[in-house]
Amino acid sequence: MPTATPAPAAQPEEKLTKKDLTGDHPTWCPGCGDFAVLAAFYKVLEKLQIPHEKIVTMAGIGCSSRFPYFVNSHGLHFIHGRALPLATGISLSRPDLHVFVFGGDGDGFSIGGNHLDHAARKNVNLTYVIMDNFVYGLTKKQTSPTSPIGFKSKTDPAGSVDRPINPMKKLISGGATFVARTHAAQVKHMMEMFERAIRHPGFSVVETLSECVVFYKGAFDDGNPRKGGVFEEIEEKKWDSTPEDDKRHDVTDEQNAYALADLRYPGKFGVFYEVDEIPTKNHLEQQLAEQAQKKTEGAGAVDLLKKRFSLMK
Amino acid sequence: MAAGSKFPSVEKAAGQDSDHDDLPHESIKDAVIRFAGNSQDGIQTIGGFLARLAGRSAREVMTYMTIPSTISGGPSIFQVHLGSGEVLSPGDEADFLVTFYQHSYDAHIESLREGGVCLYDSDNVEPNLDDKRFKLVGVPITSTSIEAIGGTAKDRGKNIFVLGLVTSIFNLNRTKLTEIIERQFKGKGEDVFRNAMLAFDSGYSYPLGKIFDKTFDLKHGESKDADRVTTDGNTALAYGLIAGGVRYGAGYPITPWSPIMETLRAELPKYGGNFSQAEDELAAVSIALGASYAGHLAVTGSAGPGLSLKMEALSYATMAELPLIVINVQRGGPSTGLPTSVEQSDLLQAIYGSHGDCPRVVLAPQDVEDCFYIAIEACRIARKYSVPVIVLSDQALSSRIEAFPEPDFETTVLPPELDQEPRDGSFKPYPLDGPTRHAPPGTRMTGGKYPVVTGLEHDEWGHPTANPQLHQQMTDRRRDKIVQLGEEIPTPEIFGGESGDVLLVGWGSTWGPIREATLKARDEGLKVSSIHFRHLHPMPNGIGEILERFEHVFVVEMNDQGLYGHGQFATLLRARYCDSRIQSITKSDGLTFKIREILAGIESGRKAVPAK
Ligand SMILES: Cc1ncc(C[n+]2csc(CCOP(=O)(O)OP(=O)(O)O)c2C)c(N)n1
Ligand code: SF4
Ligand SMILES: [Mg+2]
Repeated sequence: MPTATPAPAAQPEEKLTKKDLTGDHPTWCPGCGDFAVLAAFYKVLEKLQIPHEKIVTMAGIGCSSRFPYFVNSHGLHFIHGRALPLATGISLSRPDLHVFVFGGDGDGFSIGGNHLDHAARKNVNLTYVIMDNFVYGLTKKQTSPTSPIGFKSKTDPAGSVDRPINPMKKLISGGATFVARTHAAQVKHMMEMFERAIRHPGFSVVETLSECVVFYKGAFDDGNPRKGGVFEEIEEKKWDSTPEDDKRHDVTDEQNAYALADLRYPGKFGVFYEVDEIPTKNHLEQQLAEQAQKKTEGAGAVDLLKKRFSLMK
Repeated sequence: MAAGSKFPSVEKAAGQDSDHDDLPHESIKDAVIRFAGNSQDGIQTIGGFLARLAGRSAREVMTYMTIPSTISGGPSIFQVHLGSGEVLSPGDEADFLVTFYQHSYDAHIESLREGGVCLYDSDNVEPNLDDKRFKLVGVPITSTSIEAIGGTAKDRGKNIFVLGLVTSIFNLNRTKLTEIIERQFKGKGEDVFRNAMLAFDSGYSYPLGKIFDKTFDLKHGESKDADRVTTDGNTALAYGLIAGGVRYGAGYPITPWSPIMETLRAELPKYGGNFSQAEDELAAVSIALGASYAGHLAVTGSAGPGLSLKMEALSYATMAELPLIVINVQRGGPSTGLPTSVEQSDLLQAIYGSHGDCPRVVLAPQDVEDCFYIAIEACRIARKYSVPVIVLSDQALSSRIEAFPEPDFETTVLPPELDQEPRDGSFKPYPLDGPTRHAPPGTRMTGGKYPVVTGLEHDEWGHPTANPQLHQQMTDRRRDKIVQLGEEIPTPEIFGGESGDVLLVGWGSTWGPIREATLKARDEGLKVSSIHFRHLHPMPNGIGEILERFEHVFVVEMNDQGLYGHGQFATLLRARYCDSRIQSITKSDGLTFKIREILAGIESGRKAVPAK
């Protein structure tokens, strides 16, 4: 059985408000998509009322990875690409905490790409928001692993030649147990995805298309109705035995999730994949500890060490 | 090793350990026994049994082994140095050599001292019977052990047969050995144990009168603690970490570090913690740092190549001032190098391997027992100063077995602590005039402002800043606390005379050989002393005054002399004391120092550099 995310406190002493959660003033460029992600995160935390001191936000390096400074909570700004293993250490040693990781496409899919697969397959209990802008923002416009072929960057002045990765497919095949995709210009949808991700027991990821207005302006207009694009949501099965339901997406259907992930850009938005019955690593490790301590009848460190050393005589 | 005093003229001594009494006994103080065979012959097992027996008989013991780096096996040795007095090295030469195959005989006969005994398997080995330097004794080991257990056992019982034989030749305590064998084999099934005992008894009752005119009687130990523990350096280190309060960690397998992570993975759950096998060393150090940030002192570890991969995160730990224990079990480098050989060539990497000005604490255990205590010391320092601490063990220490008094757990164990007391508005993690104190997540910040730990330069509150003055002040702060640690650690004691002609300087696992070389040189009338470092960075104060009292200073270390003729620690000492008399005795053959190599180094060094 998966361990549920620790339940939000039923009766918090004082209501946690956006004001409490507001940290430093963001240093992002005016118009950067990341502002909307931050605003949505505040709102979801306000709704869930997680005890303030139990919230931990952390990130690697990048524009998006400056996120922890802008949230007034326990936080950590780590090194490029390693936020997930760091978060793994926090989550596994402190199951009482709510662990949130934020970062960019370079941080998550390139330098941290291997960690993503392993945190996913281990189903570490945490929530990860990848703010994907298809470019390296902080280092000023180099090709990212999600840049489309032909994207002209400083490292690809003639247009990018390498095929971009498919984030949804990578995450699902990696073993993530909650995989969703949203758009920073669709605040309501983004909030819904964040909330479901947080409530999911285990490793939950939301890829959020978040525009870099300086180095890749207009990248996500095709998915933004206000810019003439189409924001098409995945219709999830309602299990209502209607003929329409046959066409809807079963979030536990991996094959269909891959099919959705293969749709032409801008594709669809929503929950691609979600399974609840896979145990979290947190739960499995806790079980190991409980079983071991049952065997030793909860002996303390001094007694355990004495016993072990007596076998070396 | 008391060479010359061994195998003295036959004297009848009462069989102290054995009831095997049909030949005259010769009383000896110590013995170096080398088993040479293939790694699959189980010679490590019987070597381990002998070491454990020594620990239970108030004797000193040190073992040494070589392991082929291939899994399918290959030539391997296990050497046991047993002594009734202090045993400081695995022994330069063997007194007693057991060879299982022709290749073992060919490769190791020269490691036997003149007058020593070579016992060979006459089923496999054709010795050079004209070689009168040694006493050559043939025993049909293979066929006799097959006879004892039955044909299906094939080569299986050979090692235990030899153990029985050695027990009888050296009049060892049969009852205690049987107990040790029983503990090892009972769990594997009644059959396995019965076969082992059949092989043992067959070796034990082998008619010695046919091959020897005497047996040897190892004197009883002088150690006060009869009931000592016997284990290897990796095991001692792993339990030292637990005793130091470590409950969480992560690692990636690499020889010779893997056994530590395997032990921690199995043990930590009993203590309520866990250890993760990470996807690589970058993840391993990050997971451990995550646990440390979350308020639990954590460990990661590796060998040289993996330490390189951890460097970026270690700089972060220095900048963010997070505690962390990093174990590095050194092996031959660079690159994959000699994965199963010893070297002390990661010292400068450990101290200086990261980017930026990154002052770091580096410690090294001096022997197997010290692996336990150095781990606790690392935990103490990491917590007190909120810094990463690197412990440099090495391949030789990792696998060799020694006996030592059981630690007093009541007084040495440090309990883990997770401080989540609420912090008020005055909270500063990095005060310019005080120690680092983090507020781990879960701590309520009653002033309303929550801390963000960062790798960017920051002010006292941890807030990022590029203020030039603050970068200087914070650089001072990170350095000064390490300097302060240097003031707190004791100056090493001088072994030998307080002044004299030659001072040998060592660090890490060369402690035993340097001490033995010092004794030997003093026996020969030379004014040689030695000092040994467990704290390498910062090094303790008061060293300059010691150096001045000697004509020559030689730093003995298992690494290369470098471009300018000085080993890694010698380079540091020279940088600190600007003393051109500091010279090096180094080597890079992947083997531990022999006593005679150190003595030869002193001799040639004294000629090369005239005294001041
Ligand atoms: C080890 C290391 N390599 C390179 C960098 C330089 N660097 C910082 S952020 C970054 C890429 C950021 O791109 P992304 O993760 O997509 O974040 P964004 O700025 O677009 O939000 C790079 C290459 C670094 N900080 N550390
Ligand atoms: S450079 Fe791009 S990603 Fe970075 S803050 Fe500016 S708009 Fe946002
Ligand atoms: Mg980016």
